[in-house]
Amino acid sequence: MSGPNTDYDPVEVTPLKAEEVEAMREAAFAAIAAASDLEELKQVRTEHTGDRSPLALANREIRALPPQARKEAGQRVGQARGAVSKALAARQVVLEAEHEERMLVEEAVDVTLPTARTPRGARHPLTTGAELIADIFVAMGWEVAEGPLVEAEWLNFDALNLGPDHPARTMQDTFWTEPPENHLVLRTHTSPVQARTMLTRRPPIYVVCPGRVFRTDEYDATHSPMFHQVEGLVVDEGITMAHLKGSLDHFATAMFGEGITTRFRPSYFPFTEPSAEVDLVCFVCRGREPDVATCRTCRGEGWIEWGGCGVVNPRVLVACGVDPERYTGFAFGMGIDRTLMFRHGIGDLRGFFEGDVRFTTAFGTEI
Amino acid sequence: MKTPVSWIRDYVDLPAGLGTEELAAKLTMLGLKLEGIERAADGITGPLVVGRVLTKQPEPQKNGKTINWCTVDVGDANGTGEPQGIVCGADNFEPGDLVVVVLPGGVLPGDFAISARKTYGHVSAGMICSSRELGIGEDHDGIIVLPADAGEPGASAFGVLGLDEEVIEFEINPDRAYGLSLRGVARDAALGFAAAYHDPADRSVPAANDAGYPVIVDDPDGCPLFVARQVTGFDPAAPTPEWMARRIRLAGMRPISLAVDVTNYVMLELGRPIHGYDADKLTGPLRIRRARTGERLTTLDGTERELSPEDLVVTDDSGIIGLGGVMGGETTEMSETTTSVLVEAAHWDAVSMFRTGRRHKITSEAGKRNERGVDPEITEAAADRVVELLTTYGGGQAGPGVTVVGRPPEQPTITLAADLAARVTGMEIPPDRAVAALRAVGCEVTVDGDRLTAVPPAWRPDLTDPFDLVEEVARVEGYDNVPSVLPPAPPGRGLTRSQALRRRIGRTLAGAGYVEVVSFPFVGVPDLDALGLPEDDERRRVLRLANPLSAEEPAMTTTLLPGLLKAVGRNAGRGHGDVALFETATVTLPREAAGPAPIFGVDRRPDEGELADLDKALPEQPLHLALVVAGEREPAGWWGPGRAAGWSDAIGAVRDVAQALGLELIVRSGNRAPWHPGRCAELLVGGVVVGHAGELHPKVCRAFGVPARTAAAEVHLDRLLEHAVDVVPGPVFSSFPLAKEDVALVVDDGVPAADVEAALREGAGELLESIRLFDVYTGEQVAPGRKSLAFALRFRAPDRTLTDEETAAAREAAVALAAERTGAVQRS
Ligand SMILES: [Zn+2]
Repeated sequence: MSGPNTDYDPVEVTPLKAEEVEAMREAAFAAIAAASDLEELKQVRTEHTGDRSPLALANREIRALPPQARKEAGQRVGQARGAVSKALAARQVVLEAEHEERMLVEEAVDVTLPTARTPRGARHPLTTGAELIADIFVAMGWEVAEGPLVEAEWLNFDALNLGPDHPARTMQDTFWTEPPENHLVLRTHTSPVQARTMLTRRPPIYVVCPGRVFRTDEYDATHSPMFHQVEGLVVDEGITMAHLKGSLDHFATAMFGEGITTRFRPSYFPFTEPSAEVDLVCFVCRGREPDVATCRTCRGEGWIEWGGCGVVNPRVLVACGVDPERYTGFAFGMGIDRTLMFRHGIGDLRGFFEGDVRFTTAFGTEI
Repeated sequence: MKTPVSWIRDYVDLPAGLGTEELAAKLTMLGLKLEGIERAADGITGPLVVGRVLTKQPEPQKNGKTINWCTVDVGDANGTGEPQGIVCGADNFEPGDLVVVVLPGGVLPGDFAISARKTYGHVSAGMICSSRELGIGEDHDGIIVLPADAGEPGASAFGVLGLDEEVIEFEINPDRAYGLSLRGVARDAALGFAAAYHDPADRSVPAANDAGYPVIVDDPDGCPLFVARQVTGFDPAAPTPEWMARRIRLAGMRPISLAVDVTNYVMLELGRPIHGYDADKLTGPLRIRRARTGERLTTLDGTERELSPEDLVVTDDSGIIGLGGVMGGETTEMSETTTSVLVEAAHWDAVSMFRTGRRHKITSEAGKRNERGVDPEITEAAADRVVELLTTYGGGQAGPGVTVVGRPPEQPTITLAADLAARVTGMEIPPDRAVAALRAVGCEVTVDGDRLTAVPPAWRPDLTDPFDLVEEVARVEGYDNVPSVLPPAPPGRGLTRSQALRRRIGRTLAGAGYVEVVSFPFVGVPDLDALGLPEDDERRRVLRLANPLSAEEPAMTTTLLPGLLKAVGRNAGRGHGDVALFETATVTLPREAAGPAPIFGVDRRPDEGELADLDKALPEQPLHLALVVAGEREPAGWWGPGRAAGWSDAIGAVRDVAQALGLELIVRSGNRAPWHPGRCAELLVGGVVVGHAGELHPKVCRAFGVPARTAAAEVHLDRLLEHAVDVVPGPVFSSFPLAKEDVALVVDDGVPAADVEAALREGAGELLESIRLFDVYTGEQVAPGRKSLAFALRFRAPDRTLTDEETAAAREAAVALAAERTGAVQRS
């Protein structure tokens, strides 16, 4: 043994005193248990495990101990520090959980507050309605054809077998542009698009033509100088009225639901022969008693007048360069505005054209 | 066409119990479309009886009116047999006349209950009725005076007045002119119910002779057949028999006088319009020719008309006395003194009739029939029927003369394949059934192997083509029997690129809070003035309409903004000043020196050159997109203050659209009406100006009555769509670390931020991943007239971690180029 060295006096160095280490540990445990929130616990951590904490200081003393004493002291202090750390961690978990619980309560908001910071937009029902119709036909393999609103007289009338003396060609019905000798009109139907399609494509032709059309009608709840039509045209070998009926039945069912089909009544259109009016089974009462008697959608008829159709007049095929010996075709047309009016129970046609945001937003972005 | 059911039944043996609805439904399915069924008795409950006026005592009243205190014999209908005392305000009757009396307890249309009541100092026990009170006419001229043979006092008046009649009104399509006669309607009813048909035109007529009134037809194309008959010794005071007057009323026309009523009755019965002349007013032979330029005629409606060389006229030695087939003249009109009647039944060229009617704006029952086509083969029968009725009810004798000039036109012969109807309709129709159907509608058919030759009946001038006959076969077979089969469409390609993109644009804008609007494409000069367009602005070159509905909007619009701004104004007026609207539609831009559009024949397809000429004659009609945003873009709320809409919203919306199309939109300062000159952006894609956006000029906002600082954009959508990215290339991006650098550059106020950004971007070179302007500062820290722009630059290399030196060098290069291009000075 060497001479005494106070710096290394094992007797006087604290760690050797088991009861003191114990006391430190107990003091730390007590402080940890007493910490009521994470802030206090942070302070307890500094006080009892920080560089200047009794256990840290004690640990630093261990190096000064004689080797034979270091092991025991090291074990004792180490165990105490470990226990304190563990207790801190456990307390941390508890307090964090408590803290979060409290936050969840304190952060509660009134979720019923309004959230819309920008007003809602919408697409026009005539746009989305035309798309809905187009999609029904596109799904069958048809394509969507379009054409100009200001149209040549020949395409709007002559090519469609509306001869020079047809009543529709008067200023009473048709908008003409200035000067009238230029033979331009605002198209009165989307049929010139059919003519253009036949003039520019070879059969088989399966197209649907939605668009704006014009008539010199005074503006009221059921008439408008501008309205919307959708027409369909098929030209192929072996096409019959039965194919027309099948297409319209499918259209009706897709648009109005299962069981809603069509019926034909003889009618007259210059561009078709034979021609028919198309009626739709009333999708509200389905023509069934007793509902039909009081039905306001079909006014007790059980049927809704939907549009016109027929077999393309061979004269039209000839004017448009389609061989009538080889091909037959069918065409149909109906008002989109009118279709939407009865589909959605819209009472006044003018609602479509006034631009009132309340009307349009009611329909959203798809119809 | 209003057709009394009892009149239909005169000519067809319909099943006894057949209901009127069932009859109407069957005829509708045959092509005569039901408009409505009228029952004259609707709204009337008895007792409604025939009465004979016994006494009539006029009593002047203090109010200046004179009432008649009458006693009326109503037989036993009042239960006492005593005369009924009734006060009557009308004066068009005399004691002895038969009238219509509604007794107490009766109800007239409009829930008008009749009771004995005290009035003008008498107890009036019932009412003497007018047509109007019974809801069967609009006659104001007093009460109904029945013919002397109408019935005994006390008899029910329902039958006498035709109130027990049911009348079916049909809408007659242009191809079914035969439906404008009872003869034709009955024929289809016979067809529909396989019932026996009795043709009212089937009568023996006297042969033509030379003793008739002389008639010369100069224009046999215009008037292939002219029949004239004469009745002399006619009593102009003879009344129209009640049955005839009733039918005329039920058919929607007005009884006038026997002579006129007979011609109208025969027109309704047979479909052949008849004209009657006062023969004593005629001088010399009738001549039918086209009018000469400058000739005039006063028609019997009192209108003096200048005639066209296309008009067919009837003349005598005095000159023109009628517009043939359309309207007679005043000078030879029948009157209450006419005792000698010349009956004209003529077949006129339908096209001439239509043109003359249209030229002189005459619509008449006769013209309606003549222009659609009348059965030429019943002309003589119709004239004979008129003579019969005139002599039967008006006394007088039929003149011995029968003038017949010309003959009915030949019917066409149509050949068709025997299976054509089956092939076109998709119904199973064996050839023999097709033949039977054609015969059922009156065609003469001969069968030659697999071909049929058909001669349509004379009452069907509309049947000219094989497909016309297919329709006849189809309606006889029944349109209900057309099967429902989907056609075998080949695979389609779906929507075109443009169609799909337009949907995308609509969804993008709706998602951004814009509401779509559909406006009329009409515009007026005041609208263009309100936009503040300069005099030489190309948008002032509008295509005018020859017949606009509104004098305020007489042209096709060249810009969508007026329509949208008016919609904003309407919304604001209804309490919705905070709106964002958009519209996509074509505008109309007239071409310089465009010629007229050609009118081609229809016997062949125009060739490519002709079609190109046609398209060149049309105005340009490019698709535009316009949007307007007004008021508050974001409302104030619990989250804080609101945000007013402004120029940046309009530009931002177009940027959104461009992004949806995968386009790079270049925004630069612009100046164009109707925008605020300092807040207008010119928008470019691919180096081409595609439109403008920004805040509207304050004057424009005031002119349209929209909120101040309303912002708008209008773009040429076709040009945007042309540049839309078709196939997006897959992105390649680096996963090496990002280096961020911020720079603040001070430039003159007038330097666009986009120019500074472009210079930075170019100067920074390939290592620059992105650049974003995050602050604009003006104030104490920078000199007056200058602004500080703060940009966040992000650098990254594809293949390595950038060194600080590389990043700094790129940044310095960026700043250097910005300094060179824009005079930017880095702010320290
Ligand atoms: Zn219904």
